[in-house]
Amino acid sequence: MGCGVTKSNQFHKNSGKAIKSAVLIQRWYRQYVARREMRRRYTWHIFQSIEYSGEQAQIKLYNFLGYLMDNFTPASNERNLISHIFRENEVCRDAEWERYFCYKNIEVPEIYSGPHLTFPLTVEQAVGLVEAFRNKKQLHSRYVLQLLLETWKQLRMLPNINRISTCHSKEITICGDLHGQLEDLLLIFYKNDMPSLEKPYLFNGDFVDRGKDSIEILLILFSFLLVYPSEVYLNRGNHEDHIVNLRYGFTKEVLSKYKMHGKRILRLLQKIFSWLPLATVIDQKVLVLHGGISNTTDLSILARVDRHKYVSALRPPKKRHQSIVGLSIDVDVDEDTVSHNKVFQRRTSLTFPKVLSRDCFQNRSLRDFSDRIKVNTVDNVELCQRRQSILNPVIHGPENEAAQSASCESINSEDEWKQILDLLWSDPMNQDGCVPNEVRGGGCYWGPDVTEDFLNRHNLQLIIRSHECKQEGYEFCHNRKVLTLFSASNYYDVGSNRGAYVKLGPDLVPYLVQYQASSMIRELTVRQSFGRTERLALKVLREQLFAHKSDLICAFKKFDSSNTGYVCLSDWASAVESVLHLGLPWRIMRYQLVTGRTSDGSIDYHEWFNELAIKGPNAAHIDQSLLETLYRHRSTLETIFRIVDTDNSGFITIEDFRQTWKLLSVYLKMEITDDAISDLAITIDSNQDGSIDIEEFMEAFRLTDKKSRLERGRSMFMGTATDLTNLDVDPNI
Amino acid sequence: MAEAVVSDVHKKIRAVFEAFDNESNNTVDVREIGTIIYSLGCFPTQADLHDLIAEVEKDHTGYIYLDNFLPVMTKVLLEHKFPPIPEDLLLQAFEVLDKEKKGYLEPEELTKYMTQEGELFSQEEMDEMLTALADRDNNVLYYKDLISQLTIDPDM
Repeated sequence: MGCGVTKSNQFHKNSGKAIKSAVLIQRWYRQYVARREMRRRYTWHIFQSIEYSGEQAQIKLYNFLGYLMDNFTPASNERNLISHIFRENEVCRDAEWERYFCYKNIEVPEIYSGPHLTFPLTVEQAVGLVEAFRNKKQLHSRYVLQLLLETWKQLRMLPNINRISTCHSKEITICGDLHGQLEDLLLIFYKNDMPSLEKPYLFNGDFVDRGKDSIEILLILFSFLLVYPSEVYLNRGNHEDHIVNLRYGFTKEVLSKYKMHGKRILRLLQKIFSWLPLATVIDQKVLVLHGGISNTTDLSILARVDRHKYVSALRPPKKRHQSIVGLSIDVDVDEDTVSHNKVFQRRTSLTFPKVLSRDCFQNRSLRDFSDRIKVNTVDNVELCQRRQSILNPVIHGPENEAAQSASCESINSEDEWKQILDLLWSDPMNQDGCVPNEVRGGGCYWGPDVTEDFLNRHNLQLIIRSHECKQEGYEFCHNRKVLTLFSASNYYDVGSNRGAYVKLGPDLVPYLVQYQASSMIRELTVRQSFGRTERLALKVLREQLFAHKSDLICAFKKFDSSNTGYVCLSDWASAVESVLHLGLPWRIMRYQLVTGRTSDGSIDYHEWFNELAIKGPNAAHIDQSLLETLYRHRSTLETIFRIVDTDNSGFITIEDFRQTWKLLSVYLKMEITDDAISDLAITIDSNQDGSIDIEEFMEAFRLTDKKSRLERGRSMFMGTATDLTNLDVDPNI
Repeated sequence: MAEAVVSDVHKKIRAVFEAFDNESNNTVDVREIGTIIYSLGCFPTQADLHDLIAEVEKDHTGYIYLDNFLPVMTKVLLEHKFPPIPEDLLLQAFEVLDKEKKGYLEPEELTKYMTQEGELFSQEEMDEMLTALADRDNNVLYYKDLISQLTIDPDM
């Protein structure tokens, strides 16, 4: 308030005018806030729908590769390119694995300034590790392997479902997805103290991918697990999966941080991931798991499975076959054993390469894939018997029986597989029922009735899960019986969301704590940080639009029969939605996506695509549609590259590049001529040394357009983790 | 011709409505109606909003049905009932509050008016406004810049 009488007199004199002005300003501001809320919603929607469709694309790719594996002869180039990702764990021969992972001959150089670990690990060392990572140190690969080996041993002793209790008035802290965001973990430890005898913790999966410090997070969690085995619990998430890691950045991160031993580290992590417990039950009343449930989820089945068989949840279980000597062997064994096993070779050559129709794998979810497996099982059993009768005329009864029981076994293992898939990939929905999760491509959507039924059947009262980013870091649904918990703040971009963790005491009432990692935020006002997130979302969206150029032009032409080159706003919105299927309010976003304006508000769609120009490698003489395809599927392409690059050097040969293209063209059912590929290869191999730098190649495809200057934005769609502190703040705020 | 216009308006309204229809059942929480109406480019006062809500809320479930909302909102849009505030008028409004003609407003000055006059802001709204609009370095509001930066998007 003003001081003195004079001021308040003045105020009253002008008060009529002042009130009117105040009202105007209030109205104006509230309108602005509302519009911003609208934009926040569709920004969120953009990120989420693209994130989930990326997961779906990954699963489709995986299905495709699996399909190829089943249908190419072993000697073929294509199979060799990708077969190594399908190698199974052997259940036995742990001693051999321990030799492979041996760290003892790895020397730590004098100049190494990071932490030195001795085992058994102590609390001081675990805390020291956190400090070291906070100071941007990297743990030496010798210690990494040692730590991981100890973790592996520890995890093997754990049950599928952890059962813990909050006795002695101990409150347990539960954290959701961290996705490689070390800053958030450090913030949680700062606010809530590190794990200790008095401070038990449960981490609910998705520790890795997308963020840039996934390995550091794992090392911290594992070291506390080793130091406090009764106070630290880990659940597996859908990203604790080497197939998913290929696309979403963890594989890349490890290989770039650990150039010499990265491959071994990744292999050991595959095993560790498969040994992570699947779920945790607290006080027999609260179930904590990563994704969710389905109408068939059964904890007693889950408690009994051999969880480590499921190295990747995306991989349906393999059936066992009889060899001629009557020993059971896994279908998928290391390449070395395959070559010795003539029976194997003969079996696969009997399989006729099926006609590769896109429908076979493209439009199907994993569920459909499993149907195909079922059919194959029967085929293969017959094949087995046929082969056996050819090679070994004296077939005895027991072997036939064994073959039959093999098919029974695989049907049960299919149930198991579905149980695990649902657990790791499902999402809740508001409607009753249970339907396949088409958006992600795995798991299902489950409704409040399924929750109710499940809780009653298992005598539980609450499900805590993660898997979905929430703006406030958490969200209740299904009558507060399901709690989603997400601990990676600023997940889509700076300012996009908070993170949260939950504390649960003996009363089992969730107490939520929110936070937001703020090193960038401090520098931006709310308005600025929101603007950034929105700009990034729009940039990503423009990329999607460009990538679907041909389909969009087709759609526009349908509305523009007289070929004027213009469509009205209404038609533009309908056309775009019919191609992209993102359910966005296109009309409202029009001015953010199309800068050109005509006098009557219609849109010149050819000009629009010129706006969304993309810089390609000497794009001029490369076929435009090839470029567009390449751009649209760049994430898939990068994933395939990484699979092909077996020595993880970051380089692949021209020949492998050609093979990769062939693979992709089969996958997309597109005609790509050998000439076109050769042209592309030659252009990209700029130094003419016969090899292509993957990074360089992917770098070539960045969208440049007039509006957006954020070229190195957080590129989760490329699986690249970029240090946000290097970003330039857009001056045009 | 008029039919096409009306159909266009319907599409606009549906687009925004759907963004807030969380359960995909053609209803929205009544508390979102203000946001929806603003997002359609309208500038109603709080009083106007209350009247509109009264018109569309048939029962007291806390939900608004698209069927009730559509005809009412269509009329609002066709009649341009709550037009945007012209920039110059807005500038004048700020200048009235900026008695010393400094070219900016101190947070305390603005707070006094916003929370005590007209259609009062809550403390939360006020805090949010200051955080969003105050200059990062010297914490005042340069209203001229704000007006030009935060102008309404052109008609959908």
